[in-house]
Amino acid sequence: MLAVQILIDGFAISALYGLGAVGFTLMFGVSGVLNLAHGATMVVAAVAAWVVAGQLAASPWMAAVAGTAAGVITAFATYFLVVRPIQRSKSVPAAEKEIFVLTGTLLWGIMIQETVAYFYTDNPKSVQPLIAGVMQIGGVRTPINELLIAVICWAVIGLLWLLVHRSKAGKVLLAASINPRALTLLGFELSRVYLSVWAIYGVLAGIAGVLLATFLGASSAQASQLTASAFSIVVLGGLGSVAGSLLAAYVVGYLETLTAYLISPTYRSMPALVLLVIVLYVRPRGLLGRR
Amino acid sequence: MRGFALIAAAALACSAAESVQAQTKEPIRIGVIAEESAIGGTGIVNGAHLAVDAINAAGGVDGRKLEIMQYDDHSSAADAVRAFQRAVSQDKVVAVIGTYISEVALALEPWAARTHVPFITSGAASNEISRHIHEDYDKNKYTFHEYMTSAFIADSICDSVKDLLQRKYSIKSAVVLSEDAAWTTPLDAEYLVCLPKIGVKVLDHIRFSPDTSDFTPLYNKIEGEKPDVIVTGISHTGVQPTVQWAQQQVPIPMIGMSSQATSGTFWKDTNGAAAGIVTFSVAADGANLTAKTQPFINDYIKRFGEAPNYTAYTTHDAVNVLVQAVKRAGSTDGEKLVAALEQTDYVGTIGRVQFYGRDSQFTHAMKYGPEYVTGIMLQWQNAKQVTLWPKASPEAKFSFPAFTQLQKP
Repeated sequence: MLAVQILIDGFAISALYGLGAVGFTLMFGVSGVLNLAHGATMVVAAVAAWVVAGQLAASPWMAAVAGTAAGVITAFATYFLVVRPIQRSKSVPAAEKEIFVLTGTLLWGIMIQETVAYFYTDNPKSVQPLIAGVMQIGGVRTPINELLIAVICWAVIGLLWLLVHRSKAGKVLLAASINPRALTLLGFELSRVYLSVWAIYGVLAGIAGVLLATFLGASSAQASQLTASAFSIVVLGGLGSVAGSLLAAYVVGYLETLTAYLISPTYRSMPALVLLVIVLYVRPRGLLGRR
Repeated sequence: MRGFALIAAAALACSAAESVQAQTKEPIRIGVIAEESAIGGTGIVNGAHLAVDAINAAGGVDGRKLEIMQYDDHSSAADAVRAFQRAVSQDKVVAVIGTYISEVALALEPWAARTHVPFITSGAASNEISRHIHEDYDKNKYTFHEYMTSAFIADSICDSVKDLLQRKYSIKSAVVLSEDAAWTTPLDAEYLVCLPKIGVKVLDHIRFSPDTSDFTPLYNKIEGEKPDVIVTGISHTGVQPTVQWAQQQVPIPMIGMSSQATSGTFWKDTNGAAAGIVTFSVAADGANLTAKTQPFINDYIKRFGEAPNYTAYTTHDAVNVLVQAVKRAGSTDGEKLVAALEQTDYVGTIGRVQFYGRDSQFTHAMKYGPEYVTGIMLQWQNAKQVTLWPKASPEAKFSFPAFTQLQKP
């Protein structure tokens, strides 16, 4: 049944897009950074998981943990080596800091991409699925891993929501995204807030990268495409809005899946880009954006 | 007086040293242009180094050492052309070997013609390469094609299906699944001719963009058409379609040409999803096509830790073919080298290498046939490449994963 196949396939890929996009938008919402090394971070996590699984003959779960850790390390490297020095630099005018950070992360992403390709080639790497095998859903033979990915993505997003809305640390994060200056007046250290947001981002991007490796495989050549994908989803949903990103991820995921099945996989990414242009024309703040 | 004598002595010493210098010969430089971050490209680089080091260890060419000038073309024709120009004008190479991408090889062909420097492609497959030489020989004669043309690859696959697979299984229908690239256009055209000749009906012909990452819609479509086999033509992709084929448990075996699957690293790259994949290759462990095949494989594994992919074999042979031509010509001049290369009769790691002449439509391509080079058909089983055609060891047989079903005839 083609419809069921599209429904399931679209759901899994949208969940994966959603996880990556949520991290991306959180980063922008809280610390104002558009991290164009996002795709490269996901690729590092994917390749690290592959390396650990291969070299150390580890189980897929160990590899997943290692990959996520690699994502966190890359996120911190991005913060300490690229973003923070620019933000603290006295020679960059305050109004231009965002552009410099953007450019800095773009170049840093390219550096990471080339380094990965140098050591491991640009051939896609894959990790064994966390749970192998297939099951029948509505007459459609589906890899169990695909369903697991959707479950994991939503579980992580759910945990994130709990963290932000129910824990004190999370509320500090939320406050920082609304009014950072007021937060400092209340005595909170912004630098610690930023550290925690980069840590959370690293975990989200790391998990997304590892799951991508188990599902479709990831290659260093895809790094810029992954960033572009996350970027357009986040702009479509509204920069800074987590709910908007999730919604947009599903819109884009299903648009892509429908196109791939009904027209051709070659044109898969086109409708989403056309939609992005239309939305920017008609409603520039995105579907659920607030700025 | 003493000062003058000192200066004179120094001058004499200098000139003596200079004449000694002139007697140690200049190295012969070979340009190697490859896609260093791709599996196909690393094979070219490694194969070249292995060949050059062995030749130098044996004394070089008439006392002259070989030196490799290596360039990464980043899978870009523009970068490759720049590298070629630099190799010839600045680095003074006598010939260039390289690339596994047909688009790149076709971009370099006219530059070999302009600079009169021989160019041997050891990995690209498109028929167009030799067609250009046939149609404008005087201009394009500097290019040699040391790998099988796409048409011959398709023929080899059809021959092996007829000789081997059809004896054991009922193979009456197929879907051709190829990446949309220059090398697959003649490959697919030949599939569409040779498959029906062996009684296999081609139900569909799918060409996908090389940067496709999700193959689920394609497998879904193919499954709906219910072919007996999927006949592939993939090179830029390999890991993703294979991994997804295994994860989704697509019940149709994949045979044909998957050039990434020729590499010894493919099992690890796909985490074992390669099990059951059948592919054409030039040689593999245990194939023993010539006396040189296995020793080359063993040396390669010892030095690089993994089994060679197809470009390693062909590049290794290409270096030796070139060196033999230099010796035959007694010179490194472009025109003389071309004439000498045309007389190549070299038993390499994959068979006996000779090039077609002006009268063949495949001028300067490698001769195809049981006495020359046919390639092999191999299947991945238990982390090993098992050669099944044309010569197989008695215990070798097909082994497909449980989820694929091939009917007995």
